[in-house]
Amino acid sequence: MNVHTQPEKMNLSSGREDGIATGEELLRVDNVTLRFGGVTAIEDISFNILKGEVRAIIGPNGAGKTSMLNVINGFYHPQEGTITFRGEERRKMKPYEAAASGIARTFQNVALFTGMSTLDNIMSGRSLKMNKSFFAQMFYYGPARDEEIAHRRRVEEIIDFLEIQHIRRQPVGKLPYGLQKRVELGRALALEPDLLLLDEPMAGMNLEEKEDMSRFIIDVNQQFGTTIALIEHDMGVVMDLADRVVVLDYGKKIADGEPADVQANQDVIDAYLGVPH
Amino acid sequence: MAKATDGLDTFPKLLLHNAKAFADRPAMRHKDFGIWQTWTWAEMLDEVRAFSIGLQDAGLKRGDKVAVVGSNRPALYWTFCAVQALGGVPIPVYADAVADEMVYVLQHAEVRFAVVQDQEQVDKLLSIKDQLPKLEYIFYDWQRGLADYDEPFLKSISALQSEGRAALQANAAREQEWLSEIAASKGSDLCVMLYTSGTTGKPKGVMLSYDNLVISSRNANAFDGFDENDEIIAYLPLAWVGDHIFSYGQSLTSGYCVCCPESPETVTENRREIAPTYFFAPPRVFEGLLTDITVRMEDASKIKQKLFEYFLGVANRVGEKILNKEGGVSLKDRALYALGEFLVYGPLKNRLGMTRMKVGYTAGEAIGPEIFRFYRSIGLNLKQLYGQTEASVYVTAQPDGEISADTVGTPSPDVEIEIADNGEVLYRSPGVFMGYYKNDEATAETKSADGWVKTGDAGFLDTNGHLRIIDRAKDVGRLNNGSMFPPKYIENKLKFFPNIKEAVAIGDGRDYTTVMLNIDLHPVANWAERNNIAYGSYQELANHPLVYKMMAEHVDHVNRDLASEERVAGAQIHRFLVLHKELDADDGELTRTQKVRRSFINERYGPLIEALYDGSTEKYVETEVVFEDGRKGKISATVKIQDADVNAPETMKEAAE
Repeated sequence: MNVHTQPEKMNLSSGREDGIATGEELLRVDNVTLRFGGVTAIEDISFNILKGEVRAIIGPNGAGKTSMLNVINGFYHPQEGTITFRGEERRKMKPYEAAASGIARTFQNVALFTGMSTLDNIMSGRSLKMNKSFFAQMFYYGPARDEEIAHRRRVEEIIDFLEIQHIRRQPVGKLPYGLQKRVELGRALALEPDLLLLDEPMAGMNLEEKEDMSRFIIDVNQQFGTTIALIEHDMGVVMDLADRVVVLDYGKKIADGEPADVQANQDVIDAYLGVPH
Repeated sequence: MAKATDGLDTFPKLLLHNAKAFADRPAMRHKDFGIWQTWTWAEMLDEVRAFSIGLQDAGLKRGDKVAVVGSNRPALYWTFCAVQALGGVPIPVYADAVADEMVYVLQHAEVRFAVVQDQEQVDKLLSIKDQLPKLEYIFYDWQRGLADYDEPFLKSISALQSEGRAALQANAAREQEWLSEIAASKGSDLCVMLYTSGTTGKPKGVMLSYDNLVISSRNANAFDGFDENDEIIAYLPLAWVGDHIFSYGQSLTSGYCVCCPESPETVTENRREIAPTYFFAPPRVFEGLLTDITVRMEDASKIKQKLFEYFLGVANRVGEKILNKEGGVSLKDRALYALGEFLVYGPLKNRLGMTRMKVGYTAGEAIGPEIFRFYRSIGLNLKQLYGQTEASVYVTAQPDGEISADTVGTPSPDVEIEIADNGEVLYRSPGVFMGYYKNDEATAETKSADGWVKTGDAGFLDTNGHLRIIDRAKDVGRLNNGSMFPPKYIENKLKFFPNIKEAVAIGDGRDYTTVMLNIDLHPVANWAERNNIAYGSYQELANHPLVYKMMAEHVDHVNRDLASEERVAGAQIHRFLVLHKELDADDGELTRTQKVRRSFINERYGPLIEALYDGSTEKYVETEVVFEDGRKGKISATVKIQDADVNAPETMKEAAE
C-alpha cells in the first residue's frame, strides 16, 4: 500500500484558517524586569502574543531582545513581573519545562550537534515526546520500535517540508550556514510547538536564503498553525512576515503595533538612527 | 513480448495490457518521506483511471490540450496517460521556464487545463492567467503552501482522483465508457506535443503521434534488450523528448520500472540506491561524476590512491577489449582485471550507482574520448546516440561492441539516413514527427513531402557505416579547392588534448586550413616544471620552441585523424600558431558561456590570419586587452607561425600502394 500523503496539519489546536490570528491570547508578559547585578536588561515590559500570529521583536543591538526570548522560554528568571502562557501564570520555569509545555526555539548562533546527521539532529527534537523507558529503547524492540518509527515518520515529514532530503545523512557541521539554520528550524518543529521562538533566523544569509527562510516561516505559521515570535533585523523581512511588532530599546518597550505604524513611529526611527543628545 | 503487444498502438492501451500482464510488478517508484514507495502496474492503472475520470468530469474532451509542468513525479507521468485515455493531448513544459517564457507556449498550444507540481508552478500560472483566456483549471500535485488559495479553478490531483473514484463507484457504467474512449484512439492520432527550446526564434511545437513514439520505443527496447525486469531513474526534464521516450514510452512498451528521485538534489544518492539498469545522461554529467571521483581520490589514503592508479592503468589497457569481447588479452591481464573489478571497479561502480547498468547512453554533444574510455574501461557499457525531438529521439545509436568516442553509431532500427550535397544529415523513420503545430511553413522547411527530415547537422557515414556528426550544417564551409571545412569538428579534436584550451580554425573561402591555438596554462605549466623549462610569463611560455614542438605533435595527430576520414581529409591543418594571450570573454573573444566568437576574432587578429596565409614565419602584433577592473592596455608580441605535416588521404594512399 502506498503511503503517499501530504503532511497534515500537525497542530490542530489553532483555530486559524486564513492567516489571520484568532484574537485569543497565547502568551502574556506583564511588567517583566530582568536584572543582572546592577545592569537592567529588561525594564517593566508588557506585551502579548496572540494565538496564530507572527510577532516580531525588534530593536537596536543590546536592546534586550534575546533576553526577552530567554525569559519566555524559561532560561532567565525575571526579578519582577509575570508570564502567562495559555492562561497559566508562571514565574520560575526550567527551559525543558517550557519545551514540554509547547515552546520551542532556535538560536542566534546555530546550536546544533555538529557531529550528528541532519536526521539525528531533528530526531533529537522528538526526544521529549518519547515515552518508552531507556531500556526498552536500548533493545529497540516491540513498542519501543513502533514508537521510534512513528517519530521517524514525523521527522521525515519535516524533512520533506523543509526540502532538506539531500542532506538527511550528512553531518550538520559540514553544511553551509543557511542549511544549518534550516536544520535548526526543523529540530524546533519536531517538538510540534504551540509557540516557536526564532532568534534572528535570517542573520548572515544572502537574499535567496532569506527568501527561502521567509517562505518556510510563513508556511509553518499557516500550515501548522504555529504561533511565531521572531527577532529580526532585516526590516523588509519584518514588514513582510509580522502581524504585529514590539520594539525594544535599552530594555524598554518603545512601540507596539502593526508593522506600518511601528515603522512610522518617531521613537523607533530615533532608536535606530540615533538622536543628538 | 513484441507479439503480444502488436494490437496495442496507444499508451493507454498499453497500460491496460501491462496492468494484466505485469499486474504485480513495479511500474513506478518514488522516494517520499525517505522511503521508496512503489506502485505496481495494477495500482498505476487504478491511479490513472481515477485521475482520468476526474478530468473527464472536469470537462476534458477529445483533442483538448493539457499543460504538464513540474519535475519527475509519478502523478505527472500519470497525467500523460490519464489525458491520453480521453483523447486529450499532454504538453509537457520546462518547469524552470519563467512565467513570461511559459506564456508563449501555453497560448500557442491553447491549453484548457494545466497539471502542475507545486505552489511555485501554481504561482507562476496565476501570474499569467489573465493572458491565458482558454485556461480553465489548474491541478496540483503537492499541497504545501496552497491550503489557503481559494481560487475556484484550483484543485489538487488527489482531490480530483477521489472524485473520480466516487464517480466510478456511483456508476459502474463509467468504467466501460472510459474503456471505449481508450479504444477510440488509434496509432495515427496526435499523442503529445513537445516544444523545442528555441535557441533561435520562438519555440516550435513538435507534434508526435502514438505510432511515432510507440514504434520508436519498441525498436529501442529491442535494440538494447529491455524488458519488464529493467529499471531506470527519471531525472531529466519532462518536456524533453528523451525523458518522454525513456521514462514513459519505453516503460509502457517494455513494462520496465521508472523511479522518481526524492528531489532534484538527491538524484545521485537515489541512483545509488536504485542502481538502474539503463541510464542516460548528457556528457557533462559523466564529466562531473569523473571529476568528483578524482577529487575524492586525492583525499584518499596512499594505499587506496596506489591501488586506484594501478588498476585504472590495467583497465585502460585491457578493459575496453574485455568489454567488447575482443581477443588478444593475456591470461595475466584477465586475472588482474578480475582482481581490479573486486578491489576498485566494483566499489567505484557501486558508488556511481551503476552496478547493474546494462546500457548507458550519452548524447547531445561530443564527449571527451578520455572520459568516454574511462567509463567503458571499468566495464560500463556506455554508448552514444544521436537523436532529435523531430525523430522521437532515435536517429542513430551505437550497437554493442561497435563503440568509438567519435561516432554516434549506425542508423537505429527502421531509420534511413542520407547525406545531402551540402553535407547535411537527412533521415526518414517511423518516428518522424507529424509536423510543427500551427506552423506549416516551418514544417515544410524541415520535412520533405516524402518524409525526409533535415537535421541541421553536417556529418557523414564512415567506412563502417557509422554516422559522424561534424558540425552544425550552417557553420560548415568550403575550402577553395572544394573540400569540406568543418571548423568545430577540427577545433573539438584539438581541444580534446588537455594542453590545448581553445582553438580557432580558419579556412572558409581560403586555400587551406589554419588554426590559432591557446595553450591551457595549468597542464602546460606543470609539464614545463617537470621538464625544467624556465619561463617568465604566459606569453613567453606560449612562444617557447618546445611548446611549439608539443603543439606540432598534437596538430599532426589531428591531421592523421582527419586524413583517415575521406570527407574531411582535405581540411587538414597546413599552418598553425600559438596565440600570445588567452582568449577571454572580457575582451569579447569568447561569449560568457565560453564559446569562440568567430567573426570578432577574425577581425581582431586579422594581421595574424594574413600571416598564416602569406607564408611568413613570424609576425609582430599589438593587441588591446581589457583588465578585470575595466582599464585597457596593450600587449605586443612576435608570434611564430609554423607549418604542419599534411598527410595524404588514406583512400588515396591505398590506391597508391
